[in-house]
Amino acid sequence: MDASDVKINIIGAGLAGLSAAKTLAQSGVHVRLISYQHSERAQSNLAEGGINAVMNVMGENDRIEYHFQDTGKGGCFLADPEMVRGLTQAAPGIVSELADLGVPFHREKGRLIQRNFGGQKLKRTAYARSSTGKVLVSAMIDAVRRYEAEGFVERFAHHTFERLLFENGRLAGARIYDRFRKEEFDCRGPVIMACGGMNGMFEGATTGTLANTGQAAAVLFSQGVRFGNLEFLQYHPTTVEISGKRLLISEAARGEGGRLFCMKNGARCYFMEEKYGERGNLMPRDVISREMALLNEQAYLDLTVLDRATWEKKLSDLREEVIHYLGIDPAAEPVPVSPGIHYFMGGILVDRDHRTNIPWLYAAGECACAYHGANRLGGNSLLGAIYGGKRAAESLAAAIHEVGSGEIPADGTVSVAAAARAAETGDENVVHARMVRALLKGMEPLRTEERMREALEEVISLKAPDQPETMKASLLLAEAILRCGLERKETRGAHTRLDYPKTDENWRKTTVAQMTDGRIGITYEKIAPYPAP
Amino acid sequence: MRKLLHILRRESAGSAPYWEDFLYESQDEAATVATALQSIGAENRVDSGSGAFRPVAWESSCLQRRCGACAMVINSHPAMACDTRLRDLAGERVTLEPLGKFPVVEDLIVDRTVMMENLKRLSVWLSEKADPGAEDMAFEASRCLQCGLCLEVCPNFAPGLGFGGMAAMNPIARLIANSPQQMRKSLAKNYMRGVYSGCGKSLACRDICPAEIDMEKLLARSNAAAVWGRWKAAVGSRDQGHID
Repeated sequence: MDASDVKINIIGAGLAGLSAAKTLAQSGVHVRLISYQHSERAQSNLAEGGINAVMNVMGENDRIEYHFQDTGKGGCFLADPEMVRGLTQAAPGIVSELADLGVPFHREKGRLIQRNFGGQKLKRTAYARSSTGKVLVSAMIDAVRRYEAEGFVERFAHHTFERLLFENGRLAGARIYDRFRKEEFDCRGPVIMACGGMNGMFEGATTGTLANTGQAAAVLFSQGVRFGNLEFLQYHPTTVEISGKRLLISEAARGEGGRLFCMKNGARCYFMEEKYGERGNLMPRDVISREMALLNEQAYLDLTVLDRATWEKKLSDLREEVIHYLGIDPAAEPVPVSPGIHYFMGGILVDRDHRTNIPWLYAAGECACAYHGANRLGGNSLLGAIYGGKRAAESLAAAIHEVGSGEIPADGTVSVAAAARAAETGDENVVHARMVRALLKGMEPLRTEERMREALEEVISLKAPDQPETMKASLLLAEAILRCGLERKETRGAHTRLDYPKTDENWRKTTVAQMTDGRIGITYEKIAPYPAP
Repeated sequence: MRKLLHILRRESAGSAPYWEDFLYESQDEAATVATALQSIGAENRVDSGSGAFRPVAWESSCLQRRCGACAMVINSHPAMACDTRLRDLAGERVTLEPLGKFPVVEDLIVDRTVMMENLKRLSVWLSEKADPGAEDMAFEASRCLQCGLCLEVCPNFAPGLGFGGMAAMNPIARLIANSPQQMRKSLAKNYMRGVYSGCGKSLACRDICPAEIDMEKLLARSNAAAVWGRWKAAVGSRDQGHID
C-alpha cells in the first residue's frame, strides 16, 4: 500500500515518540501522536545531565568503540551487543542533528564541550547545564510541529492508551480514551509504544513523573506482549525525598567534581574513593547504589568543592532546585542523599528493529528493553530514546508497503460506545498502595529470596475476581517483576542478591516474562558474546 | 497542618459550577497543593451528604515545577500546585479554581490546546539548520513550560485574538537565538504578528513564570532582532551568546 494511505499510531509523546513521529513524517508516513498530556509534560523533560556521543572534541582520543565497550560493560553485558553497537555508532549523528535543531549544548568559544559521566572514563556527555532533557524536548517539539502543520502528524494530546485491538488473532490497532471528551475510539493500524517507564508501579518512590502510571505496560503484559529483564530497575545513588516523590540530583554534579562521603567515627569517609580510587564517585550507578545500601550510614554529596564558574555556567539550575526543595545551598554545605528508583532497564522486549513479539507492534524509549542491560549509564537514556524511536520508525517505514495487505489495517478510526468508567474506589486505592509497598519491599536495592517471596505472596493475596481489568493487569505485572527477581539467582547490575552475591556467567541471559494461557511464564534467551576489548 | 480545600468544581464543560470543601491534614511540612490534591478522596469531604463522590480532576505530571501541568488559580493567584507549599498560604482555607483564560474541561482541568495551535499558526520551527551562537538565549527560551500562567495574568491575551503572549514569545525567541540568515524575514514577520503587535508591555508575565524565565531580557533581545533588525546586536557575533 502507498505510504500516504497508512497511519501509524504512536503512544507517548516524549522523546522516543517525538523521534519516531519525526522520522516517519520525514519519510512521508502519516502519524497519530497519542499522549496523556502534551510533550511539554513528558518525563523526558526531567532528564538532566546530558546525552552521550563520541564527538571527540575534548582532545582525549575518544572512539565509538569505547562508548560501545562502556555501555556494554556498564550494563553487565546483558544487552545485545549488536544493538549497543548501533546505538553508539548513531550517537554522534544524533547529537549533530540535535545541534542543527538549535539545542543549546554547552559551548565555549563556539566549540562543543562534553562532561564526565558515570561509568565512562572519557568526557563524552554533551549537555545544557542540568536541563538537557528539557532543551532537547523543546527542540524536538518544534521539529515535529512542522510536520503537524504539514498534516503528517496529528496530535491526540489528552488521550490514554486503553489496550491493543486484535482481529482474527492479529493486531488491528489500539483503543484510545479521550479523557477530555470522555469518549473511546479505535485507532487502526500499526502501533509504536513509546509510553515511558512504569513509575506508577512504585508510586511516590521514583524520580519520574506521576503520569507514567505503568498502566499501559500492565495491559500490554496481560495481553501477551513479552517483557524482558523486569528485575532490573535502576536505583540512582543521589536522590532525596520531597513531597510526593524523589528529587534527582544529577550525576552531572559528580561529573563536575562532586564527592560522596559518610561519617565514620566523627570523620568524613569518602567511601567510593576509598574502595574504587579517584574515579570512585563516577562508578556506574548500580555500583554506587549498592555500596550506599550496604553502608548503613547516611551518605552525603559534597558539592562545596565546585568553583563559582562551574556553578554559574554548568549547574545553576541544579543549585536553584536543591535550594528550593531542600532549603540547602549545595555550594555551601553537603546534601544528604540516598538511592531512589530512577529508570527501568526492563520493559517490552524488542529485537534489533524494535519489533515486539506481536507483528506490527513496536516499542522504543524507556518502556522498551533494548540497550541498557542490567544497568543504564547516565547519558544513555536520552540517546536511547531518540535512537530507539528513530529505529522503530525506520523499520516500520521499510515495511510500509505491507501495511493494509490484510495482515494489518492501514488506517481508520472507529468510535466505540462508551463503557461506563467507574471512578476509582477507595478499595482499589488501598489495593494499589499495598501492591506498591510489596514491590518496594521485594525489589529493594539489596534483595533476598525471603523478602521477595513475602512480597510475592502479598501481591498474590491482593488478587480478587471482581477487580477491574486494569487492577488485575497491574497485579499480574507486579507478580511478574517479583518472579523475575526471584528466579535470577545471581548479583548483576541493578539486581543485587544478598543470598547470591556473585555474578554468574551462566546467568548472562535475558529474562523473558510472558502471559500464556493465563499463567506467567519465565524463560531465558541467549545473548550474543561481546568481542574482547 | 490542617487546611480546608475550597474547590470550584464542574463535572464537564457545560455543567453548572459548584464549590466543594475537603479537609486535608498532614504532618508533612513540605506538603504542597499538589500533595493535598493527590491524597484527598471521599473521606476528606466536609459535607459528605452532598451526593455521590466524584474524585477531583486536576492535571499533574512531574511534581517538581518542570512540566507545567498543574497550573491553576490558588487563593486567587495563578500558580503551579506543585510549587505552592500549604504552609506558605495564610489561613486555613485554600481556594482552588481552574485557570480562567482557557475552556474548562472538568474541575481544575482546562484545555490549553490554543497555546500549541498558536505556535503552529506562527510556524514556530526551524526550516533551516540552526546557526548556533546565542546559547544562553536559546537555553533560557527553551525552558518555557507552556503552563499558561503568563497568559492567565496577561491583560492582552485572550484565546482567538491572535496574540500568543509570552508562551509564543519564548519558543520564537529560541528560533531567533538560532536564526539562520534565510529564516530571519519570515521569523520577524511571525514575531510581529504573534507577539510584538499584541503585547502591551504590562510585564505581568515577568513575575509569574514558575520557570523564572527572564522575560524582559528575552523580549528586549527578540524585539531588537525581529522588530528593529539589529540581529547582530541581539544574538551576538557567533561566539559570545550571553543574555546580558
